[in-house]
Amino acid sequence: MAGKDAGEAMRNSTSLPHGDVPMNLAEFKDPELAKGLIASINALAPAHANLMEVCGTHTVAIARNGIRALMPEGVHLLSGPGCPVCVTANSDIDTVIALSQVPEVTMATFGDMTRVPGSTSSLLKEKAAGRSIEIVYSPLDALKLAKDHPDRQIVFVGVGFETTTPLVAIAIKRAQALGLKNFSVFVAHKNMPNALEAIVSDSSLEVNALILPGHVSTIIGAAPYRFLAQKYGIPGVITGFEPVDVLQGIAMLMRQLHEGRADIEIAYARGVMEEGNPVALAAIDEVFETCTATWRGLGDIPDSGYHIRDEYRLYDAVERFRPLIEPTQNPKGCRCGDVLRGAMTPDACPLFGRVCTPENPVGPCMVSSEGSCAAYYRYYR
Amino acid sequence: MCLAIPAQITEIKEDNMAQVDILGVTRDVSIDLTPAAKEGDYVLVHAGFAIEVVDPEFAQETIDLVRQFPELADMEQAV
Repeated sequence: MAGKDAGEAMRNSTSLPHGDVPMNLAEFKDPELAKGLIASINALAPAHANLMEVCGTHTVAIARNGIRALMPEGVHLLSGPGCPVCVTANSDIDTVIALSQVPEVTMATFGDMTRVPGSTSSLLKEKAAGRSIEIVYSPLDALKLAKDHPDRQIVFVGVGFETTTPLVAIAIKRAQALGLKNFSVFVAHKNMPNALEAIVSDSSLEVNALILPGHVSTIIGAAPYRFLAQKYGIPGVITGFEPVDVLQGIAMLMRQLHEGRADIEIAYARGVMEEGNPVALAAIDEVFETCTATWRGLGDIPDSGYHIRDEYRLYDAVERFRPLIEPTQNPKGCRCGDVLRGAMTPDACPLFGRVCTPENPVGPCMVSSEGSCAAYYRYYR
Repeated sequence: MCLAIPAQITEIKEDNMAQVDILGVTRDVSIDLTPAAKEGDYVLVHAGFAIEVVDPEFAQETIDLVRQFPELADMEQAV
């Protein structure tokens, strides 16, 4: 009973000042626990249900662990708009590219943004053409670039959901405290609950339950999703990322559907508090305010994006450089928009695997490792 | 992109930074978002920031809940 031993170790570790994190996680990969949950899912599943996961990290966890194939007949797992790079509109990608063309600017960005094609270019193509583009792991790395290179203007590409937004808020506050004049941010941050409302209220889609994102919820807690259960009758479970976490989330959704309930529940108690992280929420609110954002596939959604408040306008890269942005063109034949709404599976796109591959991506869902198309290409072909 | 990895704080440093051990790798992360974090705590680290302090007891509670699940399913079937 490997599970039992790991449990013993975990209980012991809680009393020691230096326990072992990997040991703690071992049970969340335990095949015996997974089998029990799969039995529960089978016992409780309705004849028909569409479950949508709305986090790119879940998309990958489901694909890598073969969870889609474990579902009973009639239960379908759909991927939603959970990959931040994928939902970034082409016009925003074009703005990032335009900023990279400003001579004194060095772009600092997470890696997967560099390969996303805009209307006619990408950051990677701009880098090949001699523009200054640095891949960073953290917004703090971008601050360090600004400190180390006072002759350059460092622009951080702020893409991501609520997990990442407070980090960028703190980076801006740190830049202010340091008096850095050569640091600014392009902000395309988005929030999840309003996009989910667009999905569940779309009558052309049939989403019966939501596998809710773990680390977005670490920040925002459970309350911002409650209206989805109350107003639309859609159950949701906030879920972690190990195989047992994902299966537990699905089993809890099955139990709600079986009992005819719609609640927002937390299956990821080690990472999510009911109230979220109030310090992070306060940081977002201090630096940003919500605005209408354009999502690839979902269009304009009120209050679903963030822009920098007037008090911090100095750190808004678009205000600072006012770059000339080319007219937006969307890639011909690309169905990323339909894939992001869960209206189409990636392999149903005519370009999938033929014209559009991870080596030569047409749309962002094939670029990001968390994109549905990239996950399908890697795990389901 | 919203990946966060559990790590253990090995040293609190100045300027709201802390040294953490992430699966054997040592790194400095910001604790701006987890001001109560102290040496020995587990935190979730996302893009160079600790975003939450993790209570290992909650992990155990979850496993206990998962253990109960199959029996619940059996009971439901029996009804």
